[in-house]
Amino acid sequence: MVEPHTVKSFDAELELLGRHISEMGGIAEKMLADAMEALGGMNAELADLVLAADARLDALQRTVEEETVSVIARRQPVAVDLREIVGALRISTELERVGDLAKNIAKRTGKIANEGRVPRPLGGLRGMHDLAVAQLTDVLDAYAQRDPERARAVWLRDVELDLLEDAVFRELLTHMMEDPRSITFCTHLLFCSKNLERVGDHTTNIAETVYFIVTGQVLPADRPRGVGYARPA
Amino acid sequence: MNENSVPSDGPLVADAGAYAALASGAKSEKMSIRKLDFFYGDNRALKSVNVPLYDRRVTAFIGPSGCGKSTLLRVLNRMYDLYPGQRAEGEVLLDGENVLDPRLDLNALRARVGMVFQKPTPFPMTIYENIAFGVRLYEKLSKTEMDERVERALRGAAIWDEVKDKLNASGLSLSGGQQQRLCIARTVAIQPEVILFDEPCSALDPISTAKIEELIDELRLDYTIAIVTHNMQQAVRVSQHTAFMYLGEMVEFGETDQIFTAPKEPRTQDYITGRFG
Repeated sequence: MVEPHTVKSFDAELELLGRHISEMGGIAEKMLADAMEALGGMNAELADLVLAADARLDALQRTVEEETVSVIARRQPVAVDLREIVGALRISTELERVGDLAKNIAKRTGKIANEGRVPRPLGGLRGMHDLAVAQLTDVLDAYAQRDPERARAVWLRDVELDLLEDAVFRELLTHMMEDPRSITFCTHLLFCSKNLERVGDHTTNIAETVYFIVTGQVLPADRPRGVGYARPA
Repeated sequence: MNENSVPSDGPLVADAGAYAALASGAKSEKMSIRKLDFFYGDNRALKSVNVPLYDRRVTAFIGPSGCGKSTLLRVLNRMYDLYPGQRAEGEVLLDGENVLDPRLDLNALRARVGMVFQKPTPFPMTIYENIAFGVRLYEKLSKTEMDERVERALRGAAIWDEVKDKLNASGLSLSGGQQQRLCIARTVAIQPEVILFDEPCSALDPISTAKIEELIDELRLDYTIAIVTHNMQQAVRVSQHTAFMYLGEMVEFGETDQIFTAPKEPRTQDYITGRFG
């Protein structure tokens, strides 16, 4: 563990920054969980809560941005401090994007509400969602504990989410071919699966940042990816 | 690059090969400090220090007061020889030649390895004479040649425009920042190969400091430079390599970018981030 700074207020500022990131992480996780529940249960009220939470996430991201700029200007941080601060800025941006994606999913609740039935493909989407949430939780824990190995494990596991997305895509396609009446519904779910896959990408970006904060090393550019699946352009 | 600071007929010391080496990123050791011990009487101030000074690169020495960085600098041109009871053991190679060899001509060494001190130290004589005085110790130049040399040195130290109309004014009449640049001009005029800066900006305001830093950046094209500084940001700004010293030991030496983003040694990290107990 690193020693405290001689200038104690510097530590206080870094701690506050870390707290704001944790709070953002908590909000993003909750939004993502609620968005899926709202979608699956056609729960418009819950969907509205997700939309409302996004405002708080955006505000926090602006706060983190201001704090990092201020601390860079006043402290001229180097080494681990610099990595902490730049890392916080990056992670806050990623979490803000995760919030946007959760909001997108929640918004579709209203659009599919008149369908009145829950088709099977929602199951595959739930699997993706659960993995995306688990990954996000894991990477936030890795950040809280400054654990580079845990971050790296999250980074490696994203390939599973990519594979699930491919499976969900094929599943939805089959449904649409079998029953053209389900095309509207399934297309919405297709967008949701894309959103969840993007959540996974932001999660891996956070994992890379956590790894960099702690070790000062950059994870290789060629992360193992899922089997290529030819998607329509 | 500031055109005022570029000598009209090229740098004082330069050759095409050096520029090619710079461009290709290749680096060779101009000075090599090996297993260097230094004693103030019985007090061992440097403990088996190893560090290279790369040709035409700036190497910054950082560390808390008393860590030995100024001592190290004073060994490089045998400044310590002036004081009885001080001795160095080990090797300090300048182009392969050990400068600690007692048979070495000290005047010749100090012409090759110039030094700029913390406080500006102009001689109480005219600006012109401040430069010419040292040159005369080593070379016999005609009046015209000397005029040229003085101008090139003053241009090289980015102070020509400020003093060209008052070369006969006293060196002491200049501001602190100007005095420091005059001292750099004096050093450059001897045409050294290595320049040692011992906290050259600690007595200067931020604008004068910026001018000196800009100057160091330009001088690096022609000279091998070592700088001792307490200002971490200055080390980051001016150097390509950084050495962190603590209690007479070389704790970590590396590229400046690496030292200040991801130092390998915990003691380096604690020091540069302000965590030293």
